Amino acid sequence: MKAKIRRRYLALEIDSKEKIGQKELMDAIWDAVLRLYGEYGASKTGLALIEHDAEKNLAIIRAAHTETEKIRAAIATITEVAAKPAAVHILTASGTLKKLRKKLETLKP
Amino acid sequence: MKRRFADLHLQPNLSDVEQTKSIIAKASELGYRLVAVPLPIAAMDSFAKKLAAACQENRLDFASRLDLKPKTSKELLQQLRKFRRKAEVIAVVCESKEVARQAAKDHRVDLLNFPAIDPHRRFFDKAEAELASSSVAALEIDIKPLLTLKGPARIRLLAALRRETAIAKDYNVPIVVSSGATSPLHMRKPLEMAALASLFDLDKPTALSAVSKTPLTIVKRNREKLSPNFVAPGIRIIRKGSDCQ
Repeated sequence: MKAKIRRRYLALEIDSKEKIGQKELMDAIWDAVLRLYGEYGASKTGLALIEHDAEKNLAIIRAAHTETEKIRAAIATITEVAAKPAAVHILTASGTLKKLRKKLETLKP
Repeated sequence: MKRRFADLHLQPNLSDVEQTKSIIAKASELGYRLVAVPLPIAAMDSFAKKLAAACQENRLDFASRLDLKPKTSKELLQQLRKFRRKAEVIAVVCESKEVARQAAKDHRVDLLNFPAIDPHRRFFDKAEAELASSSVAALEIDIKPLLTLKGPARIRLLAALRRETAIAKDYNVPIVVSSGATSPLHMRKPLEMAALASLFDLDKPTALSAVSKTPLTIVKRNREKLSPNFVAPGIRIIRKGSDCQ
């Protein structure tokens, strides 16, 4: 029997003076992944946007468990989103959405 | 015990107070506990005091750093004699092979920095690593060019960094990963820095040490040496005066 695909959920914080839309954010992430690992590498990441809060500049994405470090590196190379200067930081990561949300609660100032 | 992280190469424009403060605040927010900023030789003390105060406000430890950019090895020796005891971290920006070799074998040098993007102008090879392994110098890698370069230039830089880190590991030369940030948007969290280090094949434990243990050890060692109680490596004054009886 095929093993269940393990996933990681990553909470992102977009550091920018401008408001960033969810399409713009995902385009920037895909662009960074493609530039670093190519189409073959990107195809293994299983990237998907789960949630986006433009007001708070927060987002949650999903990625394959084995590719988390690659995603972390790719996201760290982002210096602009839709030609606006920006940086994206990973606040926390977890194996389930429920735990991720709990961790985010504890991170709130 | 929780790991403490350090960034030994923040490069704010020191004449812009607001930008300097925002970079320091960002370092604290991202989870660093110690930062170092290269100081201008002409006004070292005044800037060091201002930066230390700004760091204290943000609950950060500040280490003074001096970047030496000599043109010849003779000039490097003169600068080391003059400035070694004035800064907690001494980095040499190696723009020629002659300077790189001299810096690698001198035990007063803490960090070897190779700013050139062109692989032919980067002088960290096996001979350099062998010299560095017999002294205490560490190889410093700035992350900023990895963020700002694109396309073939970044590919060439990654290839050069991969070769250099492999040589450093073979010869047991410590590696320090710094941001080299000139603005808050160029700063990354310590775990992101370690992830970026995986792009030039640093394994995770080494990458984490490069942003925590290695830079903290350099600062600790130099603070001990600069302390008035230091006599020689392993020997320090514990008590003096009448309480020695």
